[in-house]
Amino acid sequence: GPHLISFLASPSALTGSALFFHYTWRRNCSSAVMPRITSHYTIFPRDKDPRWEGVEMERFADEADVVIVGGGPAGLSAAIRLKQLAKEQEKELRVCLVEKASQIGAHTLSGACLEPSALNELFPDWKERGAPLNTPVTEDLFSILTEKYRIPVPMLPGLPMNNHGNYIVRLGHFVHWLGEQAEELGVEIYPGYAAAEVLFHEDGSVKGIATNDVGIAKDGSPKDVFERGMELHAKVTLFGEGCHGHLAKQLYRQFNLRENCEPQTYAIGLKELWVIDEKKWRPGRVEHSVGWPLNRNTYGGSFLYHLNEGEPLVALGFVVGLDYTNPYLSPFREFQRWKHHPFVAKTLEGGDRIAYGARALNEGGYQCLPKVTFPGGMLIGCSPGFMNVPKIKGTHTAMKSGMLAAEAIFPKVTAEDPASKTAGLHIPEYEDNLKKSWIWKELYAVRNIRPSFHNYFGLYGGMVYTGVFYWILRGKEPWTLKHAGLDSAQLKPAKECTPIEYPKPDGKLSFDLLSSVALSGTNHEGDQPPHLTLKDDSIPVANNLAIYDGPEQRFCPAGVYEYVPLETGEGMRLQINAQNCVHCKTCDIKDPSQNINWVVPEGSGGPAYNGL
Amino acid sequence: MSPASVFVCLSLTLLSDYPVIRVKPDNSGVVTDGVKHSMNPFCEIAVEEAVKLKEKKFIKEVVAVSCGPTQVTETIRTALAMGCDRGIHVEVSGKDYEAMGPLQIAKIFAALAKKEEASLVILGKQAIDDDCNQTGQMTAALLDWPQGTFASEVTIDGEKVKVVREIDGGLETIKISMPAVLTADLRLNTPRYATLPNIMKAKKKKIANMKPADLGVDMVSRVEVLRVDEPPTRLAGVKVETVDDLVAKLKANGTI
Repeated sequence: GPHLISFLASPSALTGSALFFHYTWRRNCSSAVMPRITSHYTIFPRDKDPRWEGVEMERFADEADVVIVGGGPAGLSAAIRLKQLAKEQEKELRVCLVEKASQIGAHTLSGACLEPSALNELFPDWKERGAPLNTPVTEDLFSILTEKYRIPVPMLPGLPMNNHGNYIVRLGHFVHWLGEQAEELGVEIYPGYAAAEVLFHEDGSVKGIATNDVGIAKDGSPKDVFERGMELHAKVTLFGEGCHGHLAKQLYRQFNLRENCEPQTYAIGLKELWVIDEKKWRPGRVEHSVGWPLNRNTYGGSFLYHLNEGEPLVALGFVVGLDYTNPYLSPFREFQRWKHHPFVAKTLEGGDRIAYGARALNEGGYQCLPKVTFPGGMLIGCSPGFMNVPKIKGTHTAMKSGMLAAEAIFPKVTAEDPASKTAGLHIPEYEDNLKKSWIWKELYAVRNIRPSFHNYFGLYGGMVYTGVFYWILRGKEPWTLKHAGLDSAQLKPAKECTPIEYPKPDGKLSFDLLSSVALSGTNHEGDQPPHLTLKDDSIPVANNLAIYDGPEQRFCPAGVYEYVPLETGEGMRLQINAQNCVHCKTCDIKDPSQNINWVVPEGSGGPAYNGL
Repeated sequence: MSPASVFVCLSLTLLSDYPVIRVKPDNSGVVTDGVKHSMNPFCEIAVEEAVKLKEKKFIKEVVAVSCGPTQVTETIRTALAMGCDRGIHVEVSGKDYEAMGPLQIAKIFAALAKKEEASLVILGKQAIDDDCNQTGQMTAALLDWPQGTFASEVTIDGEKVKVVREIDGGLETIKISMPAVLTADLRLNTPRYATLPNIMKAKKKKIANMKPADLGVDMVSRVEVLRVDEPPTRLAGVKVETVDDLVAKLKANGTI
């Protein structure tokens, strides 16, 4: 197979055997010669690649007590809690945190209405410390939209969406503030360095992580500036990569963490920030809607929050469940056309869009929680997935999970003799703590709301279920409903579905994809292997395009995937514009062939969100 | 006598090629809060050149200098991680930082270069947020030192420096005596990555702190920004079918 291209590239290739291999490859590759797409070393190992012969692959290694992957609410809360405990008990603890974004908060994207419960526990004096919680929720509106009209739904206290006591925040700024608190407490934070590889002890327990290599060219060969990443070893490693982390994906398989839970189900959330006409600005107002433009069998809805930070800024966005069945659906274009609804358009008219971004989020809740501890490590935050879906909040539970992890770890890593059977510490007390905490109670209570959507009446059935069982019984019903299975298995073949006629963007309320991607500030070093790796380069055209009409062209919110005509005439090929990627992870989740494996690009690459 | 110390003067800039920049609502400037800042790309090239010269043993010590608020120490650390020996952070913040321009920076760099007896001062040719292209030249003038700007190749030859400069007409080679000021252009080198182990080691290297007043520099700006506006939105183009149509349209709007 594809090994052979690299063989041909090396000077020693001009032999009879090379030509023989070349012919075999051409024959196996159907009609035209497909230009190679994937060159990443996770698919084509370097120890078999002649271009890497003689390259120094030794890595510098350093030791910490705890290493945390991911500088989001969970990772930072865990780091802070560890250092708080160390200070209280006068113990020394080296905590290192790596984050792929160039600065803390640059890859953070969320609505968001923050429930301050976990923050109150972590920093009771958060207000004095200047936490950017500037917008208490003053008004809470919920609507069912039809194409032209709006049906208001009363926001009764007790319904999961009720936001009394919460704050509208720009989560990126909040996370940045958490990062400052962590640094003050002595956490070593290294933004711009992605954790690319999990390291293992000989006994199979996790030893730590290695950061990404730099200086690999687009074709997978080493450049002059090639440098190996470094190894960070720890007694225990926390993985807080957020929704659908790439290392977590590997850990699930390695340690069989998902054997007793349902496969995770997801949604994609797209978001924009707008500066609106001051006359339309209602600081503290929270608006949610369901219904139009989605049909009753496609889960999703919108949010629109009026921030109160000096200028008339609103954060708005659209969420589409990734268990949708029509391959012609484009979450981006649903978002853009929703803005034309009279109720939404009247707020945005005369305003200016200043930011755009997208991220996948968890929808599975309680039924999809995996085992979260394994020898040498644990999973925290949205990675295992503690989001309360009907509340559409996951930050408070992510923070709390980080804090609980820290509290379980601290006695073990500071003990004289940790009495561990494995070199990397296995700390199941974290999972026990989770089960006794309010996270568990909360997720259990709302466990049936999302799956109740899977009935003939779709959205309306789900709302009735919520109104009857949740509002009255608070989740005490004795049964637990199941989700529909893997999101990637839900697409129907294109020939069974109707293409959707989306309106053209008008350039005032709705916009095209590429100008939106420009507003995410995303960029990557161009000369590196695409980090959207394909296990098999021939599958996109053979399967995704042939059967599903190339759904990745539509579900990617950044225009990474394009089917373009082959230069030689007949047929199409997949072009991957890796530089556009906003690290949302939707492709890895929704690819019907499960052929796409998202891995980290060189650190610092990705979006440059400012308070999203 | 090979030069003792080389000063690399760094600038922290708004990365203006891809993050989203917008004008402040009061048109007084550009919103910088929360926007991604990092070392100016031309300054990275300058650091790389200085470190290369040290590795080739032409110079003994490389000092990284930058002016600005606390954020700037991260930039100096990156320079230290790339191979500089020590850093100097000249603290300028608040209103002084907003008003700070090439002249104030040049005064600071000139004062420091004299104080520390530098033999070479290397800067990036211009900052990519303001594109002034003035600091290097002003620094040389204040010091009354020769300057080799837009350098695409630097060779040290005893007491002199041979500089190949990129100019509009092609390449110009000059020989100047040290002490001198050089500014780095794009093709001078490809900067190395600041790897994580080096960032960690850089935490142990010294960064000295000082204020412009310590160097006798007054930060008063003689430039007043009246207004900042977004560029006008591009108007849609008009397609014409024939050459006659084109000529008619050009006549109609007064172009010909």
